[in-house]
Amino acid sequence: MTDRLRRTRLYVPGNNPSMVQNASVFGADSIILDLEDSIPVSEKDAARILVRNALQFLDFSNTEVTVRVNDSSTPFLGDDLFEIIPAKPDAIIIPKVESLKELKKLDIQVTIIEKENDMEVGSIKFMPIIETAIGVVNIEEIASGPRVTVISPGGEDLTADLGIERTKEGAELSYIQSRMVVAAAAAKIQIIDTVFVDVNDIDGLIQSTKKAISMGFHGKSCIHPIQIKPIHEAFLPSPEKIAQAKKIVEAYEKATRDGTGAITVDGRMIDVPVVIRSQRLLERARAGGVDV
Amino acid sequence: MKNAIDREIPDEVKGRKLRPFQGNDGYLPEDRFIPATRMRAHSSSFVRQKKKVLSSLKEALVKVGLKDGMTLSFHHHFRGGDNLMNHAFEIIQKMGVKDLTVNASSVQPVHSPLIPLMESKVITNIEGGANGAPGEAISRGKLDGLLTVRSHGGRARAIDSGDSHIDIAIIGAPTADFMGNLNGTNGRYACGPLGYAWPDARMADNVIAVTNELVSFPNYPVSIPMTLVDWVVHTDVPIGDPKGIVSGTTRITKDPMRLKIASTVIDVLDSAGIIKEGLTFQSGAGGISLASSYFLMEEMLKKKIKGSWAMGGSTAALVDMLDRGLFDYLLDVQAFDVTAVNSLRNNPRHIEIGASCYASPFNAACAVNLLDTIVLGATEVDLNFNANTVTESDGRILHGIGGHQDTSSGAELSILAFPLIRGRVSVVVDNVTTVVTPGESIDVVVTERGVAVNPSSKHFDEITNNKRLNIKSMEELKNEALKLTGPRKPIRFKDNIVGVIENRDGTVLDVIYELAD
Repeated sequence: MTDRLRRTRLYVPGNNPSMVQNASVFGADSIILDLEDSIPVSEKDAARILVRNALQFLDFSNTEVTVRVNDSSTPFLGDDLFEIIPAKPDAIIIPKVESLKELKKLDIQVTIIEKENDMEVGSIKFMPIIETAIGVVNIEEIASGPRVTVISPGGEDLTADLGIERTKEGAELSYIQSRMVVAAAAAKIQIIDTVFVDVNDIDGLIQSTKKAISMGFHGKSCIHPIQIKPIHEAFLPSPEKIAQAKKIVEAYEKATRDGTGAITVDGRMIDVPVVIRSQRLLERARAGGVDV
Repeated sequence: MKNAIDREIPDEVKGRKLRPFQGNDGYLPEDRFIPATRMRAHSSSFVRQKKKVLSSLKEALVKVGLKDGMTLSFHHHFRGGDNLMNHAFEIIQKMGVKDLTVNASSVQPVHSPLIPLMESKVITNIEGGANGAPGEAISRGKLDGLLTVRSHGGRARAIDSGDSHIDIAIIGAPTADFMGNLNGTNGRYACGPLGYAWPDARMADNVIAVTNELVSFPNYPVSIPMTLVDWVVHTDVPIGDPKGIVSGTTRITKDPMRLKIASTVIDVLDSAGIIKEGLTFQSGAGGISLASSYFLMEEMLKKKIKGSWAMGGSTAALVDMLDRGLFDYLLDVQAFDVTAVNSLRNNPRHIEIGASCYASPFNAACAVNLLDTIVLGATEVDLNFNANTVTESDGRILHGIGGHQDTSSGAELSILAFPLIRGRVSVVVDNVTTVVTPGESIDVVVTERGVAVNPSSKHFDEITNNKRLNIKSMEELKNEALKLTGPRKPIRFKDNIVGVIENRDGTVLDVIYELAD
């Protein structure tokens, strides 16, 4: 789960039957059936039931299916967990997480529901979204919290909390992104970038994705299926990098077979982290349709 | 007897002998033949004195001798804005004439006033196609005779060959001159080409043009020439409604599902090696087809590829491609939007063609046979790739064929692209309700949930080897849809045959029965 490919994570409003039914067809690596911001208060109940039934009866194929529940300050979280956890999503996305304490409390609630439903304890993973300055300050402990496999910044709420304007270039979030990338790496979990809100600006989306990749993000959230393909293309390594990664992995496999210790490729010593990075790069290339 | 696609076709229905479908290219006429056409002649002084111009359609109908049992033809270039057919039948009904056959390139929902005339047997047969309420009325047995559904190419063939003899062609013309030259690109009711009416003008015993705008001679450029037009009716009764004739500029869909399907279409074309220098293709105005055109344009620009020609129904998208030099020419039998009409009027590389030149299988050459690819839709497709465009999943006749049979038969790579689930039912089924296009004409089915390639397609290996495509069998697509929709309620029919689906060569692909429910 932790290491799976999550180049794209598509938000789908949980109150729209057609969109929920077709959520997995657009090729996103992961989908978020949303019960939070995209659902008006008057439709929270209906969305919760629709998402529960979708989880129980629809085949989402190999797509990772997650549900964004409402945050702990609302009266909806308890009902969300009670309905959604037994329907076994791969993970729940928890908005506005600010502390480890919050996650621990949630872990207890989810554990109780898992036990009541004869589920494996810990099977439902947590994917917190950091949307406040306090959350950023506490990011290291949140990243190493129970069940946490992925963390993400929430761009809109973060800039609002900081009292600054969000721009297309996103320079205002650079410090937060960098800090979160380090926290995720330290906790050995993945980090997925916030959404790019202008669905008509595909060039801007590609730039934003390339920046996220260079910073160390594993994926990018999307608000419209049209954003998936450009993000996947941005994640596609160059033919030169693919060729180099192939050489490294093949050399490593040969060395393993031959029982040789040190590996060199093109005269350079290769250590295990480089091999792992190359394997991941090839996985991204394969997911992008490259025959490697 | 059973035809080549295993459909039971009666030898005869309502006095008409049927020739069963024998496969594409399975039937060709035995020899050349020359159908009889009537000589037209007015004296020179008669024409000079503008006596060819009449002030009412009734007067023209009296002059040509309208009587019981005749066949009248109409074009559908005014689409949802057509007032002429309804106006003509208001007059005809008052004249007390009965048992008429309407041969129209398409009967549209706007022609619903014809339904009571079917019930009163003023109209007893319809040839062409029937969309919306008139089609549904036929499904419910309101037409005494038969609906003969033909593709655009099939209709042209039937008229050219004399299989469908037209007594009176009534041709709505946005502008006409007193000699009878007709033009579709000028005037209040500009609709673009008049190509569907070209066979009618050439072959009908009598040709009546009806216009609201009489312009000075010569009405240039000429679409239908004065040599073929017997009478010009200049009337104040509006022949069309501009709002329904052409839309504003057709815009690309924002529906992510359709965009995804269109994007997959481009991947399929790329796999099959179709996107290459000199490409020829046709696009319609439907959401997926139009989006495919835009994506193709992007791909051609990216690959620095130039096509040779494209074909309409033309839209702003095709015009844009023409203007950018992605094609040398745009061949056009009908226009869907204002941009396309303006382009036909102003751009000499935008060329009007007639329905026979577009798609008739029985002439010396037709354009569809040179297409590299075509992207089409369908209401149903079965496991043998047979496609239905005419009846809905509940058995009602709601659409025509358009160029479906013609383009899919002629193109190098024919693609059906549609959302797998439509109105809560699966589009992929075991057996289509009505076979409209035989599976042998279809190469690929593209849906949002996977791509199925016809095993008999010569592009099978190229496309199925592309790992970026989600390749599935038709059976898998059907089962995937059924998991979401559940099984369909069977349709109950009576024994009465209400319609015949002709292949473009005039053989019979299927028959349509009256609905029981």
